[in-house]
Amino acid sequence: MLLATLFESGVKIEHYMVLATALFVIGVFGVLYRKNAIILLMCIELMLNAVNLLLVAFSTYFGQADGQLFVFFIMVVAAAEATVGLSILVLLYRNTRSTDIRLFNKLKN
Amino acid sequence: MSLDIIFYILGGLTIGTALMVVLSKHPVRSVLYLVLTFFLISANYVLMNAQFIAIVNIIVYAGAIMVLFLFVLMLLNLNKENEPKHSLWMTVGAIISGGGLFVVIVAAMRDAILAAPMIDENSEKVGLVENLGQVLFTKYVLPFEVSSVLFLAAMVGAVLLAKREKQTIE
Repeated sequence: MLLATLFESGVKIEHYMVLATALFVIGVFGVLYRKNAIILLMCIELMLNAVNLLLVAFSTYFGQADGQLFVFFIMVVAAAEATVGLSILVLLYRNTRSTDIRLFNKLKN
Repeated sequence: MSLDIIFYILGGLTIGTALMVVLSKHPVRSVLYLVLTFFLISANYVLMNAQFIAIVNIIVYAGAIMVLFLFVLMLLNLNKENEPKHSLWMTVGAIISGGGLFVVIVAAMRDAILAAPMIDENSEKVGLVENLGQVLFTKYVLPFEVSSVLFLAAMVGAVLLAKREKQTIE
């Protein structure tokens, strides 16, 4: 009875909410702070994982499988996003010889 | 050792490695810390008895996606510290907006009224493959099929992006 003991041993669902929020905010901070486009993509993955953690926590808390399946679909979307994002990044690198996001403002005008 | 101590150790390590992802100057070190973060998140899933998601998280995220990131880093020869120094107001602005977001979300969640946990004899088996497969192929069979179309689109897009550049080089 691992599950019953987890939520009775003092770990509350609020703890997981705070942990997931902290991970999400670290991802947001990374997107705002870093300039390397690859690290920006990694911070997006971190944010997606924070949401995954919260979904699994609530799925376990309520004993429903739906949350864990949403995690499954989020992983699918994250894999597709990483593939396309990184290939666009490789193309941008071939044109500009850099992955600094401050150079990628050509669409602005 | 009781479970809450394990939770606190895992949570602290997860936040620490996630911070190192953002703060380490070296991109390869960042990727490796992110792999470590994913392993720790998988350990959190095991703690919640979500075994299938834990394994899939390791295989898909720490295995496939992070290898893709490392490949791109190595191919672009970015494995060196080439990030310019940050301006002070940018750092302060990022810290203030990130911390403000954290405070706002936590304050909003403090007022949330949650139902009691539903733990019965079936909830032990929620995260196992048998139960998840049952739900995936009955209730969520249409999103499952649509996600295969998404993968096909992503694959075609990635191949096309790489191919067009090849033709211009030749």
